[in-house]
Amino acid sequence: MDTPAILVTVGGLALAGFVLWYFFFSARQTASAVSSSGGVQEVAITVKGGYSPDVIEVERGKPVQLSFYRDEENSCSEELLMPDFSIRRDLPAFKTTLVELLPKEAGTFTFTCGMGMLRGSLVVK
Amino acid sequence: MEPATKTETLDIEGMTCASCASFVEKSLSRTPGVQRAMVNFATEKATVDYVPTQASPATLKEAVINAGYGVVERAPDTSAAERSAEIDCQKALAYQKLKRRFWVAVGLAVIIMPLSMLMLWPAMMARVNMQWLNYSLLLLTLPVLLYSGREFYVSAWNGFKHRAANMDTLIAVGTGAAFLYSLAATVVPGFFTSRGLMPEVYYDTTATIIALILLGKVLELRAKTQTSAAMRSLIGLQAKTACVVRPDGAEVDVPIEQVQLGDLVVVRPGEKVATDGLITEGSSALDEAMLTGESLPVQKQVGDPVFGATLNKTGSFRFRVTKVGADTMLSQIVKLVEDAQGSRAPIQRLADKVSAIFVPTVVVIAILTFVIWFDLAPAGTRLPLALVNFVAVLIIACPCALGLATPTAIMVSTGKGAEHGVLVRNAEALEKAYQVNTVLLDKTGTITKGEPAVTDFWTLPGQEAAQLLPVVAAVERQSEHPLAEAVVRHADAQGAASLTATGFRAVEGKGAAATVNGQAVLIGNRRLLADEGVSLSPTLITQAEQLLSQAKTVLYIAVAGQAVGLVGVADTVRDTSAAAIRKLQALGIEVVMMTGDNPETAAQVAGQVGITRYFAEVLPQDKAGKVKELQGEGRTVAMVGDGINDAPALAQADIGLAIGSGTDVAMEAAGITLMRSDLNGVVTAIELSRQTIRTIKQNLFFAFIYNTLGIPVAAGLLYPFFGILLSPMLAAGAMALSSVSVLTNSLRLRSFDNH
Ligand SMILES: [Cu+2]
Repeated sequence: MDTPAILVTVGGLALAGFVLWYFFFSARQTASAVSSSGGVQEVAITVKGGYSPDVIEVERGKPVQLSFYRDEENSCSEELLMPDFSIRRDLPAFKTTLVELLPKEAGTFTFTCGMGMLRGSLVVK
Repeated sequence: MEPATKTETLDIEGMTCASCASFVEKSLSRTPGVQRAMVNFATEKATVDYVPTQASPATLKEAVINAGYGVVERAPDTSAAERSAEIDCQKALAYQKLKRRFWVAVGLAVIIMPLSMLMLWPAMMARVNMQWLNYSLLLLTLPVLLYSGREFYVSAWNGFKHRAANMDTLIAVGTGAAFLYSLAATVVPGFFTSRGLMPEVYYDTTATIIALILLGKVLELRAKTQTSAAMRSLIGLQAKTACVVRPDGAEVDVPIEQVQLGDLVVVRPGEKVATDGLITEGSSALDEAMLTGESLPVQKQVGDPVFGATLNKTGSFRFRVTKVGADTMLSQIVKLVEDAQGSRAPIQRLADKVSAIFVPTVVVIAILTFVIWFDLAPAGTRLPLALVNFVAVLIIACPCALGLATPTAIMVSTGKGAEHGVLVRNAEALEKAYQVNTVLLDKTGTITKGEPAVTDFWTLPGQEAAQLLPVVAAVERQSEHPLAEAVVRHADAQGAASLTATGFRAVEGKGAAATVNGQAVLIGNRRLLADEGVSLSPTLITQAEQLLSQAKTVLYIAVAGQAVGLVGVADTVRDTSAAAIRKLQALGIEVVMMTGDNPETAAQVAGQVGITRYFAEVLPQDKAGKVKELQGEGRTVAMVGDGINDAPALAQADIGLAIGSGTDVAMEAAGITLMRSDLNGVVTAIELSRQTIRTIKQNLFFAFIYNTLGIPVAAGLLYPFFGILLSPMLAAGAMALSSVSVLTNSLRLRSFDNH
């Protein structure tokens, strides 16, 4: 092996390690819902290449209103899926889409884009 | 005591910054009666608590307008039609944009390709300045990258910031790497030549990949809009206007949104019924196929319910509005289908798991491919070979096909089901229906019509049935007993003359008596006649016994103290039941019947429709137990029922099918609701589920195979043995093809038809 080969090998392995750590093992952004006067738990989520915040904590048994603001045009994030709540919604670009649901059971429920690439989760306590 | 407050939410328009929000908030807070106002700039909503006696939605709106902003008027409930129209409009725009980007990429790629080929032509190569050619190619490629492909890079970058990777990540990294390498070869060719490398450029690869992937996206978007076509046509069925009768009698056409509960609406022949209600005047035949899938028109009279979006065929009538907006049957159906489309089929779980880790994993595989090629290939070609394979892995591994496999099939089939009057609650129900091998039918209301009908009208010799029927009907018309109603319906259907009865009296548990044409008429059971001192002739008794042996209820008729005839009443089998049960059996499903009737009646009905196994004398509370019993035999049971007392059994079954739009309770408990009151819906539901799950399996197989074979080939695994390398451009073509073929396969479900 010559020098460039060694450099490429070391560099490549380091890069691969970084990719795995960056996408799988790094910390997530968590947010708790804010309860409004009406007892509705409200959370604003921005959709841009992902959901921020992407872990949302809510209380069980109280209605939840998620407002998704889609801040991009690319087609990946145009659909929102919350299979545990039977919700499929189109998220128009640069608009806010409200999604209401009532979590009856505790647990972690994922929500994803139409193809399941972008992910977030709703943690019901 | 504090006054009761109300909360109002207003949609504010015209706010451009956070300080706008505080203006609106201040203005609202200063309005008399407002206790608290909160304006959210991001959601463009104001939430106001106010005392209803001092403020009103109108004064709140005024306050917003005074602050220089607007309030978006919201319909009481934004109708599905409006929402989908807006989204459709946006989608159409996005499609136009995408097509423009695609054509720009194609136009430029068509020039870039032959120019790059010049290099392969030695005679030309000598005459053309390489440096000059590379710069021209760079200039031609830039618009493809920055205009046509821009979205990929933006999306990949947005995703990267969120530690999320999507399909655009793969495309962006792949084409980006090819482009950057080419850029370096163009700008600093000396760096390559000094190391014994040809400064090769891959502008054609970059441009062609972007063009091909955009082609895939164009085809994908076009096919995707078709997946929701059934749903959109369902929403589009809604009437736009209604002809409302004002209190002064004037008939005015008003937009459907303005129709209110209790309004009187006129429907003329050929018109659509505007919303749900009850007929108050007139009668007609209505085509309800859009809701029930039943193609025969349904006869409706005063007191009968009518539903929005159905078509009035013959007569003209007026109805009183009982439901509007989101409460109507059509809206409920749309809601149910929408919910089903958002649900997840258990079969999809594996695909879900794979797509969650897919992209980063592929990026790692691509990096390793690069390293291995670089280390193992001959020194002179190692960089280009490593690069080409790196790009090929990224481009071919797009998980679109995997992501599209299940949802598109569910979209098409749930919409298709609605067209046939089969409402699927969620994708899991479809999957359950697919596994069913035993169908348990509740007799009353499913196999039979569920209401008594006259099957025999028998008179003693010397009596004219045609003369007697109007007399009997005249008495029964005044009774409210279900059996009496059956007699009246029969008389009406026969076109019997209308007579008047006087001195009507109902005899509890026995029958009724009245005077018609001056003669005393009795109609009821044997006890009634015995109590009134009427004797029965032997012929009449023999005839009655014969009817009883057929599990029919017998009504005895006496005129002027003489027993003259019999009426046989029974719950009749639907015309379609036998054929539907045969179809289920042909699908390899065992059909079992359950009824509260005695064993003879049960045997009678079972024999009529070709069922060999049945449970008789089942009490309502034992129905769920029978389901369990079958499940205990290792069967996957579909329970078909229509009433509230079927709900526990529907819930206990592996899949419950509520028949005939049913009660809300039955619908809640059922995985599938059949809008049509006959067993053909069960056949349709099972056939639809079978076709859908078959399609999903094909899709998933195709998507998995494609990626599991595609990635190693792209990585160059075949090269050491066969010398085969996958060009990145071919990879791009295959990628585009994979998602399009999955979509096309799902769209085949649109041709689903139940014969
Ligand atoms: Cu793709």
